[in-house]
Amino acid sequence: MSEEKNSPPEQALICTKCNVQMKQGKAKASYLGSEFPIELLKCPVCGIVYVPESLATGKMLQVEQALEDK
Amino acid sequence: MDHTKARERESQCIQEQPPACMSACPVHVDARAMIDYIRKGDFSAGFAVFNRTISFPGIIGRICDHPCQPVCKRIEAGSAIRINALERACVEYGRGTQEKRLYITKKDKKVAIVGAGLSGLTAAFDLVSKGYGVEIFEAGHLLGGRIREFDVQQLPQLIIDGDLAALEEREVVIHRSVSVTNCGGGGASFDEIVAGFDAVYVGPGPHAVDHLDLNLALTPSGRIKIEPITYGTSNPKVFAGGGHRYHPGDYSPITSLLDGRLSAVSIDRFLQGASLTAQREQEGPFVTTLYTNTRGIELLQDVPMSIKAQGYSREEAMNEAVRCLHCQCLECVKVCEYLAHYGSYPKRYVREIYNNDSIIMGAHLANRMVNSCSLCGLCKEVCPVNLNMADVCLDARQSMVKKGKMPPSTHDFALHDMQFSLSDAFYLARHEPGFSASSALFYPGCQLSGSSPHHVASIYAYLRRIIKGGVGLILGCCGAPAAWAGQEELFHRAIQTTAEDWQRMDNPRIITACSSCYRIFKDNLPDLPVESLWTVLDKAELPRLQAVMKPQTMAIHDPCTTRHDEDIQQSIRRIVAKLGVPLNELDHHSDLTTCCGYGGLMSFANPEVADKVVNRRIRESEADYLAYCAMCRDNFAARGKRVLHVLDLLFGAGSEDPAGQKGPGYSRRHENRAKLKADLLRELWGEKTVQGGLGMKLIISSEVSELLERRMILEEDLQKVVSHAEMTGEKIKDPTTGHFIARHRPVSVTYWVEYSCGASGFIIHNAYSHRMEVVGDGP
Repeated sequence: MSEEKNSPPEQALICTKCNVQMKQGKAKASYLGSEFPIELLKCPVCGIVYVPESLATGKMLQVEQALEDK
Repeated sequence: MDHTKARERESQCIQEQPPACMSACPVHVDARAMIDYIRKGDFSAGFAVFNRTISFPGIIGRICDHPCQPVCKRIEAGSAIRINALERACVEYGRGTQEKRLYITKKDKKVAIVGAGLSGLTAAFDLVSKGYGVEIFEAGHLLGGRIREFDVQQLPQLIIDGDLAALEEREVVIHRSVSVTNCGGGGASFDEIVAGFDAVYVGPGPHAVDHLDLNLALTPSGRIKIEPITYGTSNPKVFAGGGHRYHPGDYSPITSLLDGRLSAVSIDRFLQGASLTAQREQEGPFVTTLYTNTRGIELLQDVPMSIKAQGYSREEAMNEAVRCLHCQCLECVKVCEYLAHYGSYPKRYVREIYNNDSIIMGAHLANRMVNSCSLCGLCKEVCPVNLNMADVCLDARQSMVKKGKMPPSTHDFALHDMQFSLSDAFYLARHEPGFSASSALFYPGCQLSGSSPHHVASIYAYLRRIIKGGVGLILGCCGAPAAWAGQEELFHRAIQTTAEDWQRMDNPRIITACSSCYRIFKDNLPDLPVESLWTVLDKAELPRLQAVMKPQTMAIHDPCTTRHDEDIQQSIRRIVAKLGVPLNELDHHSDLTTCCGYGGLMSFANPEVADKVVNRRIRESEADYLAYCAMCRDNFAARGKRVLHVLDLLFGAGSEDPAGQKGPGYSRRHENRAKLKADLLRELWGEKTVQGGLGMKLIISSEVSELLERRMILEEDLQKVVSHAEMTGEKIKDPTTGHFIARHRPVSVTYWVEYSCGASGFIIHNAYSHRMEVVGDGP
């Protein structure tokens, strides 16, 4: 999952709180004691991250299930 | 599940027991496998199966006395498969010119075979194949003993010679026309042979041997005394068997072959210094425990032979093979989509589940399988030995929970639903207004309250009318979801809640409208006098004399939890008869009824299997179904099956075409329960309640609604996200759509909602969730 690049949907999203465009950045995804570095769209000011639907219902779900069966 | 228990359950399943033909065969020819190949036209593979057990296939293929045939299950649907004729066909059409020969390491020990009947020849063949030096002593000039007495048309000399050539090819030394006695004369001395060889097999044929002076203990009738299992004699080096053991009129070639084979086993063990008796239980013919159901199988008589003397032609043999039932049990797999889904049968499943439970490192590959069973117990009902996969799966779930290995996502949603029903939002335990005691308690159950709260109100009014002394009410959840999820502690807490309120209300009888609650109480609270609403209604005057609507003939579906509650099933049928609604029975009903796809929380663990279960059930009849469990009704309706609840007939349904009406989704069920409680409190007890929730208006299209249902996201989850985003300003804007995207993680799930602000509320465009916690790791 760490190599996964989650490109934004066509156009950059905007963090409403900081009113800045979100950029690819480092984030951490963790579940049941395992932690993975992940590249996600992120607000460069407040650090809020965006998990797109395709990731949540695709790869992320697979990893969750694999960890649950460990 | 401990190892012994797993072993015990595993061995209970009879699917891997041999078919009747194979177990009746003294040497266990796998006729079923052989015939499978013939059916496909692969006679060489068929021959290989036959030849694996039978050393002289040409001979046995023509003269076997086939004890397999009288036990063939095909007799119940026609006539026995002509197994022996098919064996011959394998020899005719499948015997290659180049038979496979194994390289055998020669041993330095020698065995003498005295008497070259079928038993002696078999012993010789088996022992030479194990590497022993073998010498045959035969009084006559031909090998074969009584097989030479068969009609030459049935068993031509060429066939015999062809088979027996294998002995000389394997370098068996053959001494013809040598009588072996201790009486002197022209033959060889038995005692010298015994002294000169490491072991001896004697197959003297059907007659007495007292005149031969063999120095072996004899029976009163002058035959060699032979030990039953080992074929040993009074001399430890000497073994004996074959027709000598039987009356001359009882000649059975295949039994002689068995005797030779088993004697060879004993001789091999003797020469290796191993136990002669250990682990020999499976030898020889036995009665199999395999069950094969022949009900409904088309009656077919055996395929005739166009030229009897030539046996079956290829085509005839293949046609005869088609009649083979390929005996197996699979009774449970045939009736259960869950068991069928995983492509195997309980014996294997028990093993997989046990392994899944006991591994420490690595992936638990059977988790989903364990959690997909509906726990309905139909497998046990149809199993000839009553093996219950529900017990196996439930034990495994409980163990997973105890070890902290239960995947959190599997049952979380259902357990939260249960907690909701046990929370203040729904839970209520009261005496009837105006009463300080209760002669009975009504317990509608959480699902009926979520599915059709108006029915709960109607039943409660009706019960108050027909039962004197006050009818109390408990709104709650019996704990079934926790029980099914293997969460014993949670379940115990849930059921204690009911038990304590029941005691506080002075132990009145409990009338429940839900058969799952009924079962849970019966099985877990033996002191609690529980009765089903249906048996109560059956004994009382019905709320009306005729059904509210007049449907055509309906097919009644019994919930799986009533499997062993015949009184409830009978009550329902009488009630419906009184209402004048004609009923049909489904193929699987009463104690053989099937699950609706909700039982055991299977639909949460494995929606795919649950779908198969429901789809199979709703296709059993074209008629509209009549259910008496809210979950069954709603599960069928969700797949487009027209279905009514018996309560619709008794109290009306409040819609124009109730049979075509889908049940409410998860969010609506919560709302219905909360509203039911608030309505009852207001109308009956005159109490006003403040409705919980965030008071936020969400606008959700039916398309998004369906998506939320599939993703098990509740409207209250959406409200939390939107409210959090609006309060904190933490949201993302998508400039292309103008929508906001926001997230919130109340406990263990992160919910994402895409929304916009409409004139009358927030418009929900999409929602999804994940369980992983994602943090930005700083800006």
